[in-house]
Formats: sequence, structure tokens, C-alpha cells
Amino acid sequence: MATKLKPVDVVTVGVGLTGTILAKELTDSGLNVVGLERGGWRDTHPDFDMPHAHDELRYAQRHELMQDLSRETITFRNAIADTALPMRQMGSFLPGEGVGGAAVHWNGVTWRFLPWDFETRSRTLARYGRDQLAEDCTSQDWGVTYDELEPHFDRFEYLYGICGKAGNLKGQVQPGGNPFEGPRSREYPNPPMKTSHAGALYGKAARELGYHPFPAPSANMTRPYTNPYGVSLGACVYCGYCERFGCEMGAKASPQTTVLPVLMQNNNYELRTLANVLRVNLDSEKKRAVSVTYVDSRGREFEQPADLVLLTSYVFSNVRLMLLSGIGKPYDPAANAGVVGRNYAYQTTSAVTAFFEDKLFNQFMGAGALSTMIDDLDGDNFDHAGLGFIGGGWVGAASAGARPIDFHPVPSGTPRWGAEWKKAAARYYNRAFGITCHGSCQSYRTNHFDLDPTYRDAYGQPLLRMTFDFHPNEYRMSDYLTKKAVEIAKATGASRVNAAPRTGKYSIVPYQSTHNTGGAVMGADPATSAVNKYLQSWDVHNVFVIGASAFPQNGGYNPTGTVGALTFHALQAIKARYLKQPEPLA
Amino acid sequence: MKESSGRRRFLKSAAAMGAAALPASALAADPKMDHGAHAAPKRAAPSQARPYMFLSQTEVAFLDAAVSHLIPKDDLGPGAKEAGVTYFIDQQLFGGYGTMAKKYTQGPWPEGTPQQGYQSPLTPAAVYRAGIRDTNEYCKKTYGKAFDGLTRAQQDEVLKGLDGGKIELEQVRSQFFFNMLLNNTVEGFFADPVYGGNRDKAGWKLVGFPGVAAVYTTFIEKHNVPYRAQPVSIADITGKIAQVDEHGHAIHVMLDDKAGA
Repeated sequence: MATKLKPVDVVTVGVGLTGTILAKELTDSGLNVVGLERGGWRDTHPDFDMPHAHDELRYAQRHELMQDLSRETITFRNAIADTALPMRQMGSFLPGEGVGGAAVHWNGVTWRFLPWDFETRSRTLARYGRDQLAEDCTSQDWGVTYDELEPHFDRFEYLYGICGKAGNLKGQVQPGGNPFEGPRSREYPNPPMKTSHAGALYGKAARELGYHPFPAPSANMTRPYTNPYGVSLGACVYCGYCERFGCEMGAKASPQTTVLPVLMQNNNYELRTLANVLRVNLDSEKKRAVSVTYVDSRGREFEQPADLVLLTSYVFSNVRLMLLSGIGKPYDPAANAGVVGRNYAYQTTSAVTAFFEDKLFNQFMGAGALSTMIDDLDGDNFDHAGLGFIGGGWVGAASAGARPIDFHPVPSGTPRWGAEWKKAAARYYNRAFGITCHGSCQSYRTNHFDLDPTYRDAYGQPLLRMTFDFHPNEYRMSDYLTKKAVEIAKATGASRVNAAPRTGKYSIVPYQSTHNTGGAVMGADPATSAVNKYLQSWDVHNVFVIGASAFPQNGGYNPTGTVGALTFHALQAIKARYLKQPEPLA
Repeated sequence: MKESSGRRRFLKSAAAMGAAALPASALAADPKMDHGAHAAPKRAAPSQARPYMFLSQTEVAFLDAAVSHLIPKDDLGPGAKEAGVTYFIDQQLFGGYGTMAKKYTQGPWPEGTPQQGYQSPLTPAAVYRAGIRDTNEYCKKTYGKAFDGLTRAQQDEVLKGLDGGKIELEQVRSQFFFNMLLNNTVEGFFADPVYGGNRDKAGWKLVGFPGVAAVYTTFIEKHNVPYRAQPVSIADITGKIAQVDEHGHAIHVMLDDKAGA
């Protein structure tokens, strides 16, 4: 029997990037906010202290900072006709767990999606006509435009101290930045990162081929920075331990280094860790959330009443909690009806490796977002007429740390083990770098989430089931990008080039990207979206679902910048309108 | 360097009595222990000083032989066996990795598609136990001896048969077992020496990885310049053998003054 707790104004389910920003702003507005987090507390000190912070096996291979799959995972299948089986160990993506969520172990690449991304369907139809889109493609407009989000991108970038060079200031293209980006109202708060040898060589080759290289927008601080909340971050030392690690310098923007130090000072904020939310409880008409039920680390069940429930977890948990709680109509791919679980999308990645005989790269130095990139081949930045696909991706050479368990490239044709492998690994460890093609992924009728009929979590609740495979549009797009990346690799003077284009069915085994999107997508039409343009549930108006779960399809960009912008966009609507008059906002 | 099995047995029992049951990190922190064959004569070489927690003697013999093929000792330096990879695997199998502590272990357990990944009802520890036993059975049937008693050429043939799936094992899929062994061997060769492998930082020295990082803010802009540092492990720092800066980053000792930071 659940113990009923004293009502509060707001509950956030999840205390990561979105949950901390919302809690900070709403407690500042005078509301009582409770943050429920299934994982534990962690902070720069002592959790990411040296020298243990630089332990590749513990963090990168054994996933110290990530979700405990023994308690909860997802199930996966390629197609509706298959039987989904549980993801028993981490592979393709790495959801976080604990305070700060995945924003603790991210790399820090912080893009804005293109204006085009928010209007994918209407702009594609206008420029190319209906035939450019696959029959079963369910990509759509977001219901919000880049111009509406621009002030919120700006707020997020200044909060997280993003380092970069503007490529478009109020419509004026700026030298040194990304000329394809949407217009920004002001320069980045911090200058871009330094350039590694790999980045310099890649940038030179790309420029000679007519592309427009620039330093990646980074959440690894290029200098000490104090954000608008008054929280200070340290400067990055290019140690090469970002992705999958916490930062010992407090130099990677995360909830811990940007928001929590001030949020935790607010007396009207209460954080409850190791609190696993089972469901959101609705009123009898299913129009309003009344409380959330959770189990704590001692097995006690609590019911926490709240006026406003913010789902601020990773994509999977946001969608699953909606399905478990009966918020919105579950998506049915057979009927192509319902919305919750619809339009799951991913990232279409491929890789090229450039090998050299006469150059050294010291790729063990670097930072998560230290990369030289081109955006010429992303979104609709190039003419797709006759190409047979839409979308694209950034193509870049990263120096994000070369920890040797994971990074020991050998030329194609080298045996997987034995003396020849050893010789090649020794020779090329410091004489190679990778080029990433970070492609978009459209949404399709069959790619979706629902509840698994067989497998359950530690609390006896059904796991989330993922049905996903890449479609011809994505293979063609990825093939196009990969060929361009090979051309650039050859132009760097590489002696050999490995290309790993996207082939075969999507597999959950090799790591690809923790950029899962959709399932509770936003839009202007309640028939095709689970939340409105303010990320408010169409059906249960005091529930907002914040995160990349709202992306109707995935752009060719890392999602965090856009997640941050959507957070501030939703927040503004909550503060300016919803709190004054709690009702559907659209 | 070959140890008699009698000596190994002695050390095992010494370990059981606690005499040699030092944590791996404490041993790695001792500079005298960091040089394998050059260790002080009265002390055991590290491979045998460290007590195995999970593997039987038969399994140790199998893995010592197998990993010496996967990453062989050659003129480039020590191989996986010399780097203590068998001990690393033992420690991993004994711990959370071997028991799938953070992995989903509820059934049912259909085999699934390759795209669905690990679907074995066996933990990694059980995979090794079954895989080693089955492979030894195969070797005895085919060659009349267990794997560690075969010639190098025969061993190579068996490993290739497992890798390519040509040898069928009874309890586990051969490629599943082989891939796990290969992955763990690479891990043990390159992981921080606190885990018992990468002894004397053999893996790091092979490729030129400096281990725990220094501050690279300046050097990142020195393009095409070699950075030859004496690698630093976690235990070098906790044992106060390596110097650190105020944030705890290693202050690397350069191997070559001309390339110094």
C-alpha cells in the first residue's frame, strides 16, 4: 500500500538535463518542486576524482555511469513479424542513470538543428514534390519553427557555456563558422576549441574540395566560464576522457556543473534519489494527472500528489511511462492510428578511417567535442534532386580521446588477432584518425515503441519494446555521405582508407549513437503527435513530456542543443501561460 | 619464463592462506613488481603471485595457451600471456562482469537474431567454463590431448576453427565463446594494470598510449610531434609513484627529451 505524501506543485520524473533546468526555473518562481531520480547522487567531487576518472575499462567498457539493465531494459526487434528480445547488455546506445542522466557522460557536441529540420515535410514537398518521400515515411513538421526556438537555443547555449564560432549572425554569414546554420542572435558565449592535427588535416582537405569546415560547437569549456545562474565551470585540459566519463575538471557542461549547485540551494526543491517511478496516476476521466507512484531504495511505495507532472527522463522512460499510465492513445502501426510510441527514430552513422605512414596524431589527446566538421551535406544544405533521399549529416574528424581498448584501428584486410594484427595495431595506433558521418533518420510507419508482451522489469512492469530498422532513404543518404567522406580522407594524403558504410539490418550490438528520438512526438495535429508544440500532452494537460522523445524524426545533428532549446521553449509556455491558467495551450 | 606446476600449486596454497592475497592494485603499485622477470628474486613473479579467484588450473592452462596466439609475444614486445591477460580474465569473471551484475538476465531465452545481440542464458563466467571444457573435449577427440598440450600449429588451427565457426561446441556457440575471449583479451591487454592485465604496461607501451592523462592544453596544438611518455597507471598515482598536478593529472616523464612537453 502506497504512503500518500503531502502534495507539491511540481514533480519531475528524472533529474537530468531537462529536469534540472525546469526545477531551477520553477523553484525560482516560487513553486515547490520534487525531483524523482531512479539512480543515485553523483558529483564532480568525489565521484569523478582523479586518477580513477581515467579508467577506460570501468567507464567505457563496463558502463559505470549508465543504466543498470538488470532492473530495466528495453526489448528489440527489426520488424513487426519478429519476436522482440531483451537488450541484455549495452551496445548500440548508452542511456544514463543517476543524477545528471546521460548529460554526465556525453561528449558535449551541441548543435542547433537547421530551420529545415523543423519543417522537414512541408519544405520537402515544396522543393521536391511528393515523390521524394517514401510512401511509409511519417516524418512531419514539428509545429514549432527555428525562429520561435532561437531565443531558447540562445538561453541554453549561454547556460551550458557552449564554445564555438558563429557562422550566421542575424543573417550575416561569418567567416570561420558554419555558414549553413540558422541565424543566431549573438555569438557563442565562449570561443571554439583548439584544433588537433587530425582536425587541421581534415579541414584543409575539406576546404580544398570546396567544403566549409569549422570547429564543432562544444560543451567542453575553452576557458573558465560563469553562467547566468552564477555557476562556474573549469577549463578543459584536452585529457581525452569525455564520452562515457564524468569530467574531473568540471569542464564539461552537465547538470552538475551548470544548474545543480544553485538548484540544490533552493529550499523549495527536494531531490529524491533511488526513487523509481512506476506510473503517473490520472483522475477518473483521464484528463488530469493527480500524482505519481514510486518505489524507493528500501522497497517502500509512495504516492506523490502534484499539480504539474513533468516527464524529464530519457526517451525510453518518457514514452514507457506514458504507455504504463494511459496518457495518450498508444500507437498502432497496423491501423497507423494512435500517437504514443509513434515515430521512433535514430541516427544513421557510418565511419571512415584514414591511415598514414608518415604522420602522427596523438589522438589520445582531445575532448569529446573537439572536432573539425563540415555541414555542407546536412539537412537540405545541398540539392537532393535526383538523389533518391532526403536529409544528410555532418561529416567530421574528431579528436575525442583514443583509449586503446576501444581505439586500435588497423587497415582493412588485417586479421582480427595474431602477430599481424599486433603489428598493425602497434604501427597505426598513432598514425590514423576517424571520420564520422553523422546522418539523419526519417520516421516510418513501422518504426515505433510499444509495451512488450513478455518481458518485465524488476517491479513486474512490461518493458518498452522497440521495433526499428533502417529504410532505403537512410541507406542511400548514408552511402552518399560515406563516399564523400572517403573522398576527403583520400585528399588528406592518407596511405590507406577504411570505409564502413551502413549495410545490412540495424543491429543493437555495436555502439552507434545515444541519439534515440521520438515516441512522444510534438506537432500541430493531435492525430499525429502525442504532445503539442509546447510539449504538453494533448490528452492530459498537466503533463509535459520534455526531451528528444518529442522529435518527430531525427536530424543529422547531435540532439542536446535542440533538447535544451525545447526545454526553455516549454518552460516559457508553462511560466507565462500554464501556471496562470492551467488548460490545454494549443 | 615457465613456472613448474608445483611452484604454481605452492603459490596457490600460499594465496589461500592469505600470504600472497594482496589486491592486484597493491601489487601494481609496487615498482619492483612492475618488471615481470626482473622482479627481486625472493619474490614471486607477478603472474603467479596473484591468486586466481575463478579459473581452475586446467582453465588457466587453456587460457595461457589461447591468449598467447591472440596477441603473441614477438620482437615488438610481450604478448597477452606475458601481460597477465589470463589473470585479468579471471578477475573479470569473478566480478560483476562475469556474473552479469548490470545486465538483464530474465527469461525466456530464445536464441534470437544476430541483430538482437547477447541472448545466452549463460553468464560470461559460465560461457568460459563451458567453452573451455568443450574445446578441450574437441581437442582430445581430434588430437588426443587437451588444448594446452597441442603444438602451436594445432592450437592455431583450433582457434581459427572456433573463430570461423568451423568447430561446433556442444554447450555454447563456438564463435560466441571465441569473440568473448578475443574481446576480453584485448581488454586485458589495454586496460589499466590495476585489473591485473597489461602487466608492466605492455599494451600501452606497444602502441604508445600514456595512460592516465596529463594536461594536454598546449601539446594538442603541436601537430605531428611525437609524445613519448612513460605511461602512468592509476596505481602509480594512488601509490604516489607518479607525480601529479593540483587537479590530479599525471605529470608525465618523457622518454625522449627532444620530444618533451
